[in-house]
Amino acid sequence: MTPPQALLEVAGLDVFYGDFQALFGVSMSVTPGGATALVGANGAGKTTLLRTIAGAQPAASGFVRYDGSDITAAPPHQRICRGIALVPEGRKLFPSLTVEENIQVGAAAAASDAWPLERIYAAFPVIARRRRQRASTLSGGEQQAVAIARALAAGPSLLLLDEISLGLAPLLVEELYETLSGLRSAGATLVIVEQDLRRAMDACDSLVCLLEGRVALAAPVASVSRDEVVAAYFGEGTP
Amino acid sequence: MTWVNAVIQGMLLGGLYALIACGLSLTFGVMRIVNLAHGDLAVCGAYLGLVLSTFFGVPVWFTLPLLLPVAFAVGVVLQVLLYGRALRHGVLAPVPVTFGLSVMIENLLQVAATSDPRGLNGGALALASFHIGSITVSWLFLAAFLTACAVLSGLQLLLSRTLWGRKVRATSDDLDTARLVGIKVRPVFATVAGIAVATAALAGVFIGTIGTFDPLTGTNVLIFAFEAVVIGGIGSLWGTLVGGVIMGVTQVVVGQANQAYAVLAVNLLFLAVLTVRPGGLFTSRQAVREIQGQGAPG
Repeated sequence: MTPPQALLEVAGLDVFYGDFQALFGVSMSVTPGGATALVGANGAGKTTLLRTIAGAQPAASGFVRYDGSDITAAPPHQRICRGIALVPEGRKLFPSLTVEENIQVGAAAAASDAWPLERIYAAFPVIARRRRQRASTLSGGEQQAVAIARALAAGPSLLLLDEISLGLAPLLVEELYETLSGLRSAGATLVIVEQDLRRAMDACDSLVCLLEGRVALAAPVASVSRDEVVAAYFGEGTP
Repeated sequence: MTWVNAVIQGMLLGGLYALIACGLSLTFGVMRIVNLAHGDLAVCGAYLGLVLSTFFGVPVWFTLPLLLPVAFAVGVVLQVLLYGRALRHGVLAPVPVTFGLSVMIENLLQVAATSDPRGLNGGALALASFHIGSITVSWLFLAAFLTACAVLSGLQLLLSRTLWGRKVRATSDDLDTARLVGIKVRPVFATVAGIAVATAALAGVFIGTIGTFDPLTGTNVLIFAFEAVVIGGIGSLWGTLVGGVIMGVTQVVVGQANQAYAVLAVNLLFLAVLTVRPGGLFTSRQAVREIQGQGAPG
């Protein structure tokens, strides 16, 4: 039996911010339709890894391969065309644009028109009511929904989500994760950065733990215990 | 009645200031470039108008269909070859770069066209006027004002209604995230730079028709444009128009009392606004936060 062809494959990534090295030889692969949890302490390199996959951060060495082709040097808009969309940490909406304009901008380089405005509004009724308002006037949960909607508007096959539950009430987080599981059953592949380990392990089928810019653990969720993940998280011993 | 007249003439003059300033406002708002060569580019527009209208033997207005696309192209080329490269070295790098461009333009113009003051052939429009009661309104000043209103409304419409406009505003809000969501920022920057130079050149044609210009006129033009942008508030096109009008009215009304203090009064007004409302009269608090809170993405 051959393993399924990886949708996303990252190998030996070194990434720098000036003289500071944030990632050291990071490798991971994501199978189509899968959900990968990316965990690790603050500063472990999770956001950097997602930004490198999305093309916002150049890789000094290593490669990013997506759907069979090498995209290591491709600019972000080409990656979006191919179906990679990122929901950035801290939402990063365009404050002077309305909710609808934010979503329309997200569709500017879309890979497919799988998510027209009507479908987005049907999936997120909460933002449909606010479509004409400036994004900066929305509550945190609504803004997060808009950030996800903006990424969906690009019609992605691979959705990268960076700390979507940060600063939100538990009930809202619950709702967002329900939306994500809906996306998965619709065929999307997810990579989720999440601080809440329990939630990450519930929502995903595989897990990558980063420690100080290196992969400390990469395994299917079913085959690791919470304690093993915690050990990798804090770098206690080598599994 | 002379005071009413002064206010009206001042408003019309203010339209011209706004026309000069809108490109400066747009470039700063979108690319965070303070373009110190903006006034000189406007003067280049006037010289180009002079060359073309002399060559074809027509009033300068008829050369605009050729002049404006050339100016737009110059803006695109400057962005690609100069501003874009400078911006890679941080937000301050374009300041010396555009200052150097300004010095080069002024000196090249002196070599190529001498320091003699020139005027443009405005045809019949330049001298025509009409009367409302005892007030005389120059068609040329009115045309400059209406052109400014049309350009500003057109830009505002483009910015608020089109996909291009949404991309421009998104890029202006947050460059890093704009790239991340798939906006190709280079074409956005290039078109904005093109529009900035085209509007500057159009303003330059009006400057050259209303008065005279020489190779060093650009510095004064820049100062007035800069003041109109700051008084009105950065990032607000309508604010720029109001800023220009306030300046124009101040200049003509004070000039009515004593011509020697006209320009001084405008500069004092600028200082007063800068002291009381450093963000300008029409800047949203959002925009002020944006500008003050600029930093590396977290």
